[in-house]
Amino acid sequence: MKITPLLIMLFSVSFCLSQEKIEEIKVTTTKKGIQKSLSKTTNTQVVTSKELLKAACCNLAESFETNPSIDVNFSDALTGTKQIKMLGLTSPYLMITEENIPSVRGASQAYGLSFTPGTWVESIQITKGAGSVVNGFESISGQINTELLKPSNDIPFFLNAYGSTDSRYEVNTHFNRKISDKWATSLFIHGNTRVAKNDMNHDHFLDNPLGKQANVMNRWQYSNPETGWVTFLNARFMNDEKQTGEYDFNPDTDKLTTNHWGSEINTNRIDLSSKVGYVFKDMPYQSIGFQNAFTNHDQQSYFGLNQYNIKQKSYYSNLIFNSIIDNTMNKFATGLNFTYDKYSEFVNTNDVSRIDNSAGAFFEYTYDNNDKFSYIIGGRVDYHNRLGVFFTPRLHVRYNPWEKSVLRFSAGRGKRAANIYAENQQLFASSRTFSVLDSLGKIYGLNPEIAWNYGVSFSQNFLLFGKSADVGIDFYRTDFQNQAIVDVMQSPQEVSFYNLRGKSFANSLQFEFNYEIVKHFNLRTAYKYYDISTDYLSGSYQRPLQAKHRFFSNLEYATHISDEGQQWRLDATFNWFGKQQLPNTASNPAIDRLPDFSPSFAIINMQVTVQQSSTFEMYFGGENIGNYRQRKAILGADNPFGPNFDTSIVYAPVFGQMFYAGLRFKIK
Amino acid sequence: MKNILILMTLLTVVFTAQSQDKKNRNAKYSIDVNGNCDQCQKRIQKAAYSVSGVKSANWDIESHQLSLILNEEKKSLLDVKTAIAKVGHDTDIVKATYEDYSNLHSCCKYERKE
Repeated sequence: MKITPLLIMLFSVSFCLSQEKIEEIKVTTTKKGIQKSLSKTTNTQVVTSKELLKAACCNLAESFETNPSIDVNFSDALTGTKQIKMLGLTSPYLMITEENIPSVRGASQAYGLSFTPGTWVESIQITKGAGSVVNGFESISGQINTELLKPSNDIPFFLNAYGSTDSRYEVNTHFNRKISDKWATSLFIHGNTRVAKNDMNHDHFLDNPLGKQANVMNRWQYSNPETGWVTFLNARFMNDEKQTGEYDFNPDTDKLTTNHWGSEINTNRIDLSSKVGYVFKDMPYQSIGFQNAFTNHDQQSYFGLNQYNIKQKSYYSNLIFNSIIDNTMNKFATGLNFTYDKYSEFVNTNDVSRIDNSAGAFFEYTYDNNDKFSYIIGGRVDYHNRLGVFFTPRLHVRYNPWEKSVLRFSAGRGKRAANIYAENQQLFASSRTFSVLDSLGKIYGLNPEIAWNYGVSFSQNFLLFGKSADVGIDFYRTDFQNQAIVDVMQSPQEVSFYNLRGKSFANSLQFEFNYEIVKHFNLRTAYKYYDISTDYLSGSYQRPLQAKHRFFSNLEYATHISDEGQQWRLDATFNWFGKQQLPNTASNPAIDRLPDFSPSFAIINMQVTVQQSSTFEMYFGGENIGNYRQRKAILGADNPFGPNFDTSIVYAPVFGQMFYAGLRFKIK
Repeated sequence: MKNILILMTLLTVVFTAQSQDKKNRNAKYSIDVNGNCDQCQKRIQKAAYSVSGVKSANWDIESHQLSLILNEEKKSLLDVKTAIAKVGHDTDIVKATYEDYSNLHSCCKYERKE
């Protein structure tokens, strides 16, 4: 008798199971590399780790090469550091955060993006325009947030090795362990080096710096879904050394002498951060988060006879409370920020050290009618010892006028202290004299930078010959009320810094068209127009080293993944740059003179990835396949201690074709 | 022993009665609501939100489950079901009137269960 109910139970259980099997439908939509949403209020796109595999992508600075919203520029002929721009404005005007903690700021502005290896990145969120008030008041043209791999869902082991014809080698290893059902930890170890000297253009200067970087990070994650507590603890140590300059330069004998021109840039950095989050029981819409970060950044460098040393000790703290008013259609976030930065900065023997601190409170309200309309309105009040007490408003509105379309508007204000030396340190590698023309301001004698940013964007998804396509157009304007002007238009022997005395604005227009030509074959195109005009002392010019017209195109093709996990992926990126305004060199002797505008040119990058199985793949690629090179990259190269020496005027690649190969191995 | 048992039972009853008296401000429910598509989803959620006290409402297109967080000091679950039925969607207890159902957009005309 007792057996019968047991049998019935067993039967019903197996019945349930079989039913579940039937209901399980495999949806095979491929995850997109760049995800854009029709329902998000802000103009934010998410770049997934898949997208980052499409290019050589050794670090964060290089990971935007396949993205039309961000321009990757060549910052100078010496260090080869790539600089990013959004809406035509360089990275100081962007807020760059790592897991919502400001990361590239202050002393790390010039090289900071090269301090995060690409393999550590889980996803990147790129927001065009004003952005949120939650992380601070500094962002003007956009926000870039990087999420790193999370210990709780990372794979046990990952290995990536890379080598290229410009003799750069790179190794990334990740280890992950789940300690218990609540604790998990990851260890990331990155090393890169360039050992061989290259001088392809025979100007007796290295085309790329010699260098080595060791970068180690350890993360701990605690998550307890029952109680709602989540904690992250991160510790990171980074050492980066670069040597550039003349081919024959030997730092041991030639440092700070006129034997040979050379430069060394050594950076040590320690980051410690913690994040504690709690989601209230029975109230999934209510949470509290507390973030703390401590950073010690130490850069010791010299460029020929110029010495530049900067240390930054900083502490950042953010407390945020999220909840609702009545229901989840009305959300809000409110909290407090605290920032402390101690700079010890020396320009040659000139001590320009300072301490900055700020405290602020923010409130952000989000209304979403769960249908076609939403908006975010936010404001914050801050006290900063150099910027004073000020209010920062931000607004974002989203409306879906008809199906598969979205119209967005944003407006906001940003304010920041420009670190004129750290942000423009490529100019030390020239014979320019530095002069600050104002003295009444509180930041190197200058006033804080203040700008308003407004933008509208529209995008429409549709079907074209049965395949998905989308078009987008956006227009943004940044109006500077004050700006720390970096003037290289006056004289080739001088760079001067002063407060804006007139008008300065940046208009950017982008037109985008994306299309899935056939299954697994995608086209991405964008045309960009920039009008970035500034009133300098000598007149009004377009911002130097910025192309007015740019065209971008990316093609990706992937074969179908076989049952054994084999796949081929092909990628090609085409970038066309229109003519760029160049700094003034008219008073130099003819041999060290550049035209007013650069020629236009195009660059093609390609990559093939051969996935052998779900755990092993190899990739091969080439950058600048057309071998376009800037003819005269270094002015006055034959007399580097003479008056015309300048390595900072770089509008195109200095190094020609570059080929690379790499592999990725995983243990899942 | 028996006394303790009686006492405990009594206490439990009292305790339950009390907690029943004090209404839950964050009561979680998952109820069956009939519908088809994302249009239905918007309509159902909108109807649920129109009831004061509904803090969160999410209707899943696949499973037809409406997850609710409700402040029961303000309105009851029955009020939510009535509001949803009013816009044409059947719930387990409260059904939509024929008129309200027939006013639905053609893609939303779900199969009605009797």
